[in-house]
Amino acid sequence: HCLQFSSLLLFCFGLCSSWWGGVQMGPPDPILGVTEAFKRDTNPKKMNLGVGAYRDDQGKPFVLSCVRKAEALIASKQLDKEYLPIGGLGEFTKACAQLALGNDSEVLKSSRNITVQTISGTGSLRIGANFLSRFHGGPRDVYLPKPSWGNHTPIFRDAGMQLKAYRYYDPSTCGFDFKGALEDISKIPEQSVILLHACAHNPTGVDPRPEQWKEIADIVKKRNLLVFFDMAYQGFASGDIDRDAWAVRYFIEQGHNIVLSQSFAKNMGLYGERVGGFTVVCKDAEEAKRVESQLKILIRPIYSNPPMNGARIASTILSTPDLRSLWLEEVHGMANRIIKMREQLAAGLKKNGSSHNWQHVIDQIGMFCFTGLKPEQVERIIKEYSVYMTKDGRISMAGVSSGNVGYLAEAIHAVTK
Amino acid sequence: MSVFSEVPQAAPVAVFKLTQDFTNDQFPKKVNLGVGAYRTDEGQPWVLPVVKKVEKIIVHDDRLNHEYLPILGLPEFRSSASKIALGDNSPAIQENRVGAVQCLGGTGALKMGAEFLRRFYNGDNNTKTPVYVSAPTWENHNAVFSNAGFEDVRPYKYWDGEKRGLDLTGFLGDLESCPERSIFVLHACAHNPTGTDPTQEQWKQIAEVMMRRKLFVFFDSAYQGFASGSLEKDAWAVRYFVSLGFEMFCAQSFSKNFGLYNERVGNLTVVARDPDNLKRILSQMEKIVRTTWSNPPSQGARIVAITLNTPELFTEWKDNVKTMADRVLLMRAQLKAKLQSLGTPGTWEHITDQIGMFSFTGLNPKQVEYMVKEKHIYLMASGRINMCGLTTKNIDYVAESIHEAVTKVQ
Repeated sequence: HCLQFSSLLLFCFGLCSSWWGGVQMGPPDPILGVTEAFKRDTNPKKMNLGVGAYRDDQGKPFVLSCVRKAEALIASKQLDKEYLPIGGLGEFTKACAQLALGNDSEVLKSSRNITVQTISGTGSLRIGANFLSRFHGGPRDVYLPKPSWGNHTPIFRDAGMQLKAYRYYDPSTCGFDFKGALEDISKIPEQSVILLHACAHNPTGVDPRPEQWKEIADIVKKRNLLVFFDMAYQGFASGDIDRDAWAVRYFIEQGHNIVLSQSFAKNMGLYGERVGGFTVVCKDAEEAKRVESQLKILIRPIYSNPPMNGARIASTILSTPDLRSLWLEEVHGMANRIIKMREQLAAGLKKNGSSHNWQHVIDQIGMFCFTGLKPEQVERIIKEYSVYMTKDGRISMAGVSSGNVGYLAEAIHAVTK
Repeated sequence: MSVFSEVPQAAPVAVFKLTQDFTNDQFPKKVNLGVGAYRTDEGQPWVLPVVKKVEKIIVHDDRLNHEYLPILGLPEFRSSASKIALGDNSPAIQENRVGAVQCLGGTGALKMGAEFLRRFYNGDNNTKTPVYVSAPTWENHNAVFSNAGFEDVRPYKYWDGEKRGLDLTGFLGDLESCPERSIFVLHACAHNPTGTDPTQEQWKQIAEVMMRRKLFVFFDSAYQGFASGSLEKDAWAVRYFVSLGFEMFCAQSFSKNFGLYNERVGNLTVVARDPDNLKRILSQMEKIVRTTWSNPPSQGARIVAITLNTPELFTEWKDNVKTMADRVLLMRAQLKAKLQSLGTPGTWEHITDQIGMFSFTGLNPKQVEYMVKEKHIYLMASGRINMCGLTTKNIDYVAESIHEAVTKVQ
């Protein structure tokens, strides 16, 4: 009787269609797709210039010594694994804010910031987007630079915001379209949100110069825009953490109460540990408390509270003097290696007899370089030279080493001559 | 004029406020029976011995680094975690129709499942599909589903306050009368906050109605192993539903059974009809993950994966889990015995009938207030206590205090 009943159930169920029959196959991730193709390639000279994770000069992932030392220190303390508060590890959020804003920041002294620990940069942007969606009284539009990190758009969209753009990259110079940016920003409706890359713009590597930042800050103030800074590369861009945070600090000094996303994925090599922060600079400490309470309400139904491991490592490094010094050295080292590869690539292209101007390779900063290669050229360089990059001609300089920079110069020259 | 001047102060999350109040209390005999984390008999957090062992292995393995995990998480974590829920020999796994998404704890797994369902279940972005959560339930269930966009999150009858047990008639009644295709969040074992689970026979009845009325099965499994001490026993309901052929989700947490609370280790197990459906589902899950946290944290998942995939460590883990479950069972037995010997009015069978970390004592809000204010014993307003907060050293004080509360306060 029992057997009949359950077979009957299965039979009935078999007649019904699946709940998910209408679910389409999601489009493949463009960046991951590059890595997949790279993996399949058997060419011994192949190069993966797709994904944005730092590699050493042997092409290997780099675990910073300060990280290993911090881990050993933490292990010796035999800490428990109790839940963190919703807003994260206190020592971490404090150090995180100090790193971005500077030790002497008036904002920190008056406690008018709230900084919560987030799931790296993505998690920070998402929490920020959700917060704006719920509490920002202005227009629902977020203005991104053209182009911007691919994931910015879906993050803000999923949070219920709308996306618009301002001119940023000038393909004719492979540099900053300063005039175009100012023109567009001057037309943005008041109280809209404008997203700015604090340093090492992703994907172009093109950053405004300080004088240009000043003018941008000025026009943004005139338009009364809410500034959302995305800082994923502090220290990693120029090698100097204060220099890379200059724009963020300048805007605050000028009276912009910004919101800020920080990531420790690249500058501490803590990619998979998911370490980040989200800061709201408020009018005063009382407002910061109210904002904090609402951020917690947003965070709780997503993941309750953040992961400990990475935050503990980051906080240990930032607050232990000799680990902090070691970190500053290592981050300087990573930035330097990238800068050196840029110089060698530009020199290599010249040596190969390229008639093009490759100055932008040196002028651009951070992990990525917008080569200026057109889609057909990208296709050729992948097919004929096994040099893998994204369709927009973006290369991750981290994937370039002294061992392969020569080959890269040859390949780029070959498809552009 | 600040853009945030209108932002209202939100009420604090109750369970964390309780712990905060406890921490600030100077009373020497204070007891925290609030937040759901395991404590030893010394009242201390317990990092599982097997976890300490595995962490050492990880720290000394030079091949390991901190690179990004894939979007869906560490593959060996996902597959071994799903196996824990469904069983090694699960036909569904053998048929290649089981997949998983590594998430940030049980909360993260519920969140991913909810986001997916809102987008793709019962039509296109159908935010009106009713989502049923038990009355009562873990308070965050409501927010997870409503924040994912569901407009209609409702209670299903579950706890019978008078008889202090499962209101099966009410539960089945709601299953029969709800709109077809409603989503039901079921507690796999050790129901939070009541500690009251359906029996196997009752689960069979529940499953029959759900199948017939085309209701969606979403299990929340936060205490596997922790409830009875047996992984298999605690997964019985989940496995039974899988065997009936449901397409379903199971949100798993490894916070309690691995004591990895702050590493945020969770897994959303997806049981699909066939491999093709599974593939498409996972591809869409990736998109949702990408805009929420991009990829999950590696440390906790590594610890669990190494443990589950290494026979001696797996055995040691099961032993550690049993240690925790056994201590809870002991405290239940002792609390009941003491209340009975004190002659505390009422019946106290439910203390040992209930299972898992929590017990719904039956104390009313006034009695709870008495416990907190007069006796410095911190428990939730619902009367829920965390059995793990009891130790051989404080159990007499707690029993006497409950006795006082029940006799003095109506």
